[in-house]
Amino acid sequence: MNILVCVKRVPAPGARIVLTDDSQGIDTRHLGFTTSPHEECAVEAAVQLKERHGGTTTVLTLGPPDAVEQLRYSVSVGADRVVLVPADSTEWDPQATASALVEAIKDLEGDSPFDLILFGNESADSGGYQVGIRVARALGRPVISGLKGIEIDGDQMVGRRETDEGFEVYRLPMPAIAAAKEGITLPRYPTLPGRLKSRRAEIHEVPAEMTPGGQEMVSLLKPAEEVTETVILGHGAEAAPGVVRLLEEVGLL
Amino acid sequence: MTRILVFVDNDRGTLSPSALEALTPAYSLADSLDASLELATVGEGGRAALEPVGLGGYVISHPVLSDYAPEAYGDALAQLVSEEQFSVVISLGDDRGAEVMAHMAAVLDQPLVANVTEIADTEGPDGSWEVIRVRWGGSLLERARLRSDLKFLTIAPHTFPAPEPNGGAGPLTTFVPEIPDSLARTRVVERVKLAEGLTLATAPVVVSGGRGVGSAENFAILEELADLLGGVVGCSRVATNNGWRPHSDQVGQTGTRIAPDLYIACGISGAVQHWVGCMASKQILAINTDPEAPLVTKADYAVIGDLHEILAAVIAEIKARP
Ligand SMILES: Cc1cc2nc3c(=O)[nH]c(=O)nc-3n(C[C@H](O)[C@H](O)[C@H](O)COP(=O)(O)OP(=O)(O)OC[C@H]3O[C@@H](n4cnc5c(N)ncnc54)[C@H](O)[C@@H]3O)c2cc1C
Ligand SMILES: Nc1ncnc2c1ncn2[C@@H]1O[C@H](COP(=O)(O)O)[C@@H](O)[C@H]1O
Repeated sequence: MNILVCVKRVPAPGARIVLTDDSQGIDTRHLGFTTSPHEECAVEAAVQLKERHGGTTTVLTLGPPDAVEQLRYSVSVGADRVVLVPADSTEWDPQATASALVEAIKDLEGDSPFDLILFGNESADSGGYQVGIRVARALGRPVISGLKGIEIDGDQMVGRRETDEGFEVYRLPMPAIAAAKEGITLPRYPTLPGRLKSRRAEIHEVPAEMTPGGQEMVSLLKPAEEVTETVILGHGAEAAPGVVRLLEEVGLL
Repeated sequence: MTRILVFVDNDRGTLSPSALEALTPAYSLADSLDASLELATVGEGGRAALEPVGLGGYVISHPVLSDYAPEAYGDALAQLVSEEQFSVVISLGDDRGAEVMAHMAAVLDQPLVANVTEIADTEGPDGSWEVIRVRWGGSLLERARLRSDLKFLTIAPHTFPAPEPNGGAGPLTTFVPEIPDSLARTRVVERVKLAEGLTLATAPVVVSGGRGVGSAENFAILEELADLLGGVVGCSRVATNNGWRPHSDQVGQTGTRIAPDLYIACGISGAVQHWVGCMASKQILAINTDPEAPLVTKADYAVIGDLHEILAAVIAEIKARP
């Protein structure tokens, strides 16, 4: 089982998002960066499948040189090989991202396609819900989104996704593609040997062209925020009667 | 005349509660563009559910479309759009809407703007449009320009109210696309029902815990309060990542968005990614040692102090009621 996971480096804002003065991005001067949560779970799913069925896990990102941080992290939690598709840090629209990823994937695959390529259901920052599907269409491979469970049965990928009532099952012939949601796995934490390995890991670079699509970011804006006057019901245990009164008012008691 | 198509999903004949939301911005758009508006749904089962909407349009029928099949849905819709020369296609951006529209856009090699909250300008340079769309699960918005002849959009869920059906039965024509049997490779092959009961999404009260709870065992007291109030337990991503709670309990951008009558957030700081999941709650009560925690300052009510001590006192007080 050779598996590829496509991940995106995104900032990790805390209590509030601060925009740059020109509203073209998030002010990241005081922020750390991370891998989108859905994709972090996809990496864990790939590593678990490799542990069960053998093969390799490759993690690829298209992003600025700093995105190597997320690639190294993925090595520390079990990825075997990491690939950077260098890009500037401007906003790439979904079509541009997908066509560059397709180019890079073809380059990596040569004549032997990955059995499975995993994406996140949507990127944490731009949330276009489409890059994985566009890549699958360009490669002519089956794809489902919303993946919440995965098993391999012979040459088929058995995928589950959640519904209001329970879950649905799909069976895709491999090579296949899927876009995973957080919760499909619980990502492990890096071990010390994992960290050491990640520092030495070789970063493969695969170049790709930027071909702009038809969607362009003009600027970012903050949604209107409601200002609330918080009523402090008290401090510590003495607040209990006030809380119970609130529960009665809301109709819960 | 410009023709606008709205894709409305049905699941074996049943509409989800939000299924019709995208019609509301579509009606306004059709008005302002002086365009015709039609709808499309997949499967004969959807006919009875959608005729009361009163719009004309299409029921797309084909044996491969006998159950949800994202690739085949995308191909079928792409064929309808090409043959009938629709120039605008709109759908709700729920799981299936987002997926089907992405397939359609990929097949036709067109851009797709996801989770639009406002169509701000339809008279931009060279026929381009300007729209407002959701980023970061709702913590941020983006002004985006859409440059393409065909305009494909999904509408952010819970942004517009669904319109009242206008009663007149719209004639829905059957459209039979050409779909290779091979596309059945991505069709639902089995459905599993899980036990029904109160869920995070439907409970009237959610007692939620974060890092401040400290351990999986410590959630017992949150469970006890939730039981007394007829609600369920929720959690932050820290609780999920630590293995204290299953992901199905997680509230937020990558968890569940909820709108209970009361949200009780215990030991949760209120990062934006958590806030977007609980901000629709009617009332929020925060319990936190830190009076400056963002969730405390955004909540309607707060109690400052150790959550374990406070929850124990609240439970004792409830049990002591006459
Ligand atoms: C792309 C992305 C998506 C994300 N999606 C989600 C999501 O869906 N849901 C989500 O929750 N998070 C999400 N996060 C994570 C989010 O950014 C925060 O890291 C997380 O919400 C913090 O969880 P917390 O409030 O439990 O922990 P902390 O931020 O560490 O806060 C703990 C709080 O507990 C208080 N406390 C400590 N001890 C006590 C005590 N004894 N009694 C009372 N109070 C106490 C502290 O004062 C503090 O306010 C996401 C992050 C990213 C980058
Ligand atoms: N720059 C990128 N590099 C690698 N993968 C990406 C990139 N952008 C998006 N993806 C993948 O595509 C998925 C869907 O992205 P989107 O269509 O933007 O929501 C993400 O969850 C990632 O798996």
